[in-house]
Amino acid sequence: MSRRVVVTGMGVVSPNGVGVPAFLQAIRDGVSGIRYNPLYKDLHFYCQVAGMPEFEWEKLKGYVSEITFHGLQGLALGYGIMAALDAWTDAGNAVGGKETIWDTGCVFGSSVSDCEVVKKIFNRVDACEAKKLGSRVIEQMMNSSITAYISGRLGLGNRIIATSAACATGTQAILMGFEYIRQGTAKRMVVGSSEHVDPYIYGAFDSMRILSRKFNGMPEKASRPMSQTAAGFVPGSGAGALILEDLDYALGRGARIYAEVLGGACNSGGQRNGGSMTAPASPGVIRCIKDAVTDAGIEPQAIDLISGHLTATAADTMEIQNWCLALDRNGRNFPPVNSLKSMIGHSLSAAGSIESVAAVLQIVHQFVHPNINLEDPNPEILRQIDPGCLPVKAMEKEIRTVAKANFGFGDVNACLIFSKYN
Amino acid sequence: MERRAILEELKKVLYPYTENKELLENIDEHTSLVKDLKINSANLVDIIIDAEAKYSIEIDFDSAEKIITVGDCINAISEKIA
Repeated sequence: MSRRVVVTGMGVVSPNGVGVPAFLQAIRDGVSGIRYNPLYKDLHFYCQVAGMPEFEWEKLKGYVSEITFHGLQGLALGYGIMAALDAWTDAGNAVGGKETIWDTGCVFGSSVSDCEVVKKIFNRVDACEAKKLGSRVIEQMMNSSITAYISGRLGLGNRIIATSAACATGTQAILMGFEYIRQGTAKRMVVGSSEHVDPYIYGAFDSMRILSRKFNGMPEKASRPMSQTAAGFVPGSGAGALILEDLDYALGRGARIYAEVLGGACNSGGQRNGGSMTAPASPGVIRCIKDAVTDAGIEPQAIDLISGHLTATAADTMEIQNWCLALDRNGRNFPPVNSLKSMIGHSLSAAGSIESVAAVLQIVHQFVHPNINLEDPNPEILRQIDPGCLPVKAMEKEIRTVAKANFGFGDVNACLIFSKYN
Repeated sequence: MERRAILEELKKVLYPYTENKELLENIDEHTSLVKDLKINSANLVDIIIDAEAKYSIEIDFDSAEKIITVGDCINAISEKIA
């Protein structure tokens, strides 16, 4: 019999709340974490707003050893360490034991190295000062830096895997951890993703002209998924982490269970049939969602809430259409759908994990978080689904099952099905 | 600079790399950085880089290779600032 997998711990570093309690309050109240940043004006960016966590770097002293903290740099790394270790302790575990924990692994993703850290290396080397780089920079710029810090701090001895699948990274990382437990490879997995959109990555997206540029004077209005006035995404940053656990193992140690992961799917449209480097192909997306529903062993009608990718670009309309076709539901029969990005922007790799934390919280606390800035829904979307599916205020509702999907550059798709634990 | 004075200064350089700070109190020239102070051997290069910056000197690769004890550190530094 297939093993069941449950969520027993969560951690989050989000632009609208650091730590699960603050984040829960923010998503209930529809609090925006988007702020104006004068640096972006100085750098001549079109878009000059972003979602950055109010992160106190010094707090990391409580997360890593004093020696490790000395010389630590890189915000994505800091976010990831905090989210993962918070999730670990939230699940009732201690940090810093002497023995290797062989039955527990980690899948944690990110999109790019922190360019601000990398820049310091470039500057040193170009100034013929490579000798002064020291022993710490490699561990902080390697793609597996976050998993190395997390697993080292916790003593994890199972699979330690750093992943990267653009904006599908977080969702995919959670799916991989889920699969390792379901197939019996691991008993527990620390899963999640982290991202810091530094000015270099931000600038490159800005140049693609896919960022929101018309709301620089009203930052909290700038991220507008599914709105008629949506005109690009707002970069966000942060990290989310979950502790996934074999159900019997969790019950055995008396762990608190937040929710169950019923299943999921991950695929690619192959950059064919309308798919490209930057756009998802509908056949791939539809197939991914259908496969996730099948894998979870549920009927499409059982889905009570969709946590969309929905970045506030022209792709939102197509995404809603894909959900309608994949679930064979539309109009009034479509479930409520929300986009956390309306509050925190699009944190690329971190989006999937932060949104998954939100999905689990909505199951635990039985509510649907609002879509802020959706006073003017796109008519193209309203042609497919009922306006009642687009809550603009927090809605108390029985939430048993949530579908969470993200789609990334390279035409990669990932979808998870979370459920109330019974 | 006297060797004793360099040793006192060296304690400050070693401080961020030494987990058990109490061990630093009683170091002498025979104290091994890795064995006695439990410093991660990868951090030896950071200690050398910090010492170079502190005294505005350059400790060459071969001298750095020979550093095992506190006394070796003092030798490398005193040679350059002499």
